[in-house]
Amino acid sequence: MLLGASGAGKSTLLAALAGLLDPSHAGDAEGLLTVDGRDPRDFRDRTGLVLQDPETQLVMARAGDDVAFGLENRATPAAEIWPVVDASLAAVGFPYGRDQRTDQLSGGEQQRLALAGVLALSPRLLLLDEPTANVDPAGAGLVREAIGVVQRRTGATTVLVEHRVAEALPLVDRVIVLRSGGGLLADGEPADVFSRHGDQLAESGVWVPDHPLPVRRRVVRPANSPEQSLLIARHLGFRHRGATKQALADASAELHAGEAVAVVGPNGSGKSTFATILAGLRAPTTGAVRATAPLAGDDTAIPPHRWRATVLADRIGTVFQDPEHQFITGRVRDELAVGPLQRGTPAGVVDRRVGALLERLHLTHLAEANPFTLSGGEKRRLSVAAALASDPAVLVLDEPTFGQDQRTWVELVDLLADHRDAGGAVCAVTHDEAVVTSLADRVLTLQDGGIASTAEAVG
Amino acid sequence: MLDVHTVAVPTGWLARANPVAKLAAALVLGFGAALSDDAVTPAVLVLLILLILAAGGVTAVDILRRGWPLLVSAAGLGATTLLFGDSPTPLLTALTVTFRVVAVALPGVVVLLTVDPTDLADSLVQNAHVPARFAYAALAALRLLPLMGAEWQTIKAARRARGIDAGRNPLRHVELFAGTVFTLLVGAVRRGTRLALAMDARGFDATGPRTLARPQVVRQSDVALVVGAFVLLATAATVSIAFGTFQPVWA
Repeated sequence: MLLGASGAGKSTLLAALAGLLDPSHAGDAEGLLTVDGRDPRDFRDRTGLVLQDPETQLVMARAGDDVAFGLENRATPAAEIWPVVDASLAAVGFPYGRDQRTDQLSGGEQQRLALAGVLALSPRLLLLDEPTANVDPAGAGLVREAIGVVQRRTGATTVLVEHRVAEALPLVDRVIVLRSGGGLLADGEPADVFSRHGDQLAESGVWVPDHPLPVRRRVVRPANSPEQSLLIARHLGFRHRGATKQALADASAELHAGEAVAVVGPNGSGKSTFATILAGLRAPTTGAVRATAPLAGDDTAIPPHRWRATVLADRIGTVFQDPEHQFITGRVRDELAVGPLQRGTPAGVVDRRVGALLERLHLTHLAEANPFTLSGGEKRRLSVAAALASDPAVLVLDEPTFGQDQRTWVELVDLLADHRDAGGAVCAVTHDEAVVTSLADRVLTLQDGGIASTAEAVG
Repeated sequence: MLDVHTVAVPTGWLARANPVAKLAAALVLGFGAALSDDAVTPAVLVLLILLILAAGGVTAVDILRRGWPLLVSAAGLGATTLLFGDSPTPLLTALTVTFRVVAVALPGVVVLLTVDPTDLADSLVQNAHVPARFAYAALAALRLLPLMGAEWQTIKAARRARGIDAGRNPLRHVELFAGTVFTLLVGAVRRGTRLALAMDARGFDATGPRTLARPQVVRQSDVALVVGAFVLLATAATVSIAFGTFQPVWA
């Protein structure tokens, strides 16, 4: 297992091992890299690679054709291709036939199909870059099982980059930690590395198994003070255009001031649809969202999805899964100033607030940078800060901690908890168990487009 | 209309015919239809094509469901000609324009309806000797197109959440559109790069020979299909000549 904080060079090393980097195109390349004594580029046909984004791991429109793709490229005789395809699909537990459309698979199924494509080529080196990062917990378990199958069938040496270490430990017997800025921080058996360097690794952002995370539940509310509702969703239903199935059906829930709600459930259960409707970004096909006076002032008769965008951003801030979708300026500083300037805040006040936010999120040194050039963790922090800059009472987030190293994770949880403790409401769609444990006061579980349960967090 | 999967997959002979043969027949009919400048030839041609399609398992309803924008634009062109044209016989000219547009475009619509893009790529490589790297790279890119539609909606919602909407200001609409396109393109380039990486990781950039898992053969019936396209053209022209209406574009 290859570990290291964001930007330590894990993905670059993996690409180099895969023979996908051309030293002659590099700005600066030094040192020697061999795979089985050869240049990695000469070992390519014995190397299997699976990256984190399921959508771009598949090439063909039908599952069987996709597994066959690598065999065709390797000029395997046509008669030998299909038996190998069928055996590979069966080995990874792919639940459909050859003709299954690849665009109708869940993220976990797509990753298992990509693994079948790798298995078909019987690699001796297996390179995996966060293969479960985009997959819900149940799907991720099946993907890890499939990785185990590929390892056993091929006997391949595996190099696995993974943020979430604990779940992936059964797949590895050695841990290498890259140091930010070059060199190694640790190299050895997992138990040894984590017991000896655990604190230091956690400090640098690596997810260390069993390392304690801060718990930021709200201070207990006095039993006699009633909850102040901010948003009330009643019987929400939503059907995508052309779809036969309801993405959301009869979902009712309330969001209160001073609470953090986690929305959980498997992929496709309607979590994101629910969140976007609650956030006033989409009109429900049935049912309605109502905002109460503390949130909407005189606008309580108008549902949030009909509010003007500037008004909406002042009341409900939404943070999307991909931060790049929300960047609207060319400078980090401007990105934070847009919201307050729109509502007519004086420039001097805006400057001070932007300065404070930059300081708080350790982005001051990047104030003049283009948002698109930041690292993953920096982009995430910036997108949350940009939503907070307009000072909305409600904050809705879609997978806010996805793919973040531990340091950024802790900062995000602190940021959201502070917003909640200042009287705001947080509604976070998440697969991340740790977010639920550390932050959530209440958990909404969605299943097949409906709210299966709502529970006060315990502990 | 672009989709990696055909919508109406009829069980008739047309669905089983070789994709390149279908493409060739459609090109023959489309270009052939453009060569006449009267109303009767394309009208007869459209009628014959529809009859043959019905025999092949594709009904006019299937075609209308997917091809109605074509019909609307052809009718629109006809109406414009009728209302604003300076022809001495406005109705005839309008009909001619309408039938010609339908006759030229209909064969293309039929190809879109009955050819699976994967089969077309296979057939182009095997039967028309199009380079495999080109055909399959284009096919893989086509697979990503529907994703961009969904991403467009996401970006628009994401920008609304940032307090950006155009309201009634047309200038702001243009500005907003440009910004959304930029974000979409950044995402498309990133995604394209990752897809190319995944393809190369599975040996797509190898320079040696490549095999094909899905054989596509040209049968006698496929040759007959292309010949039939010429016969159809000749029949339509003959009928028009018999009525005394035939008018080639070069005369």
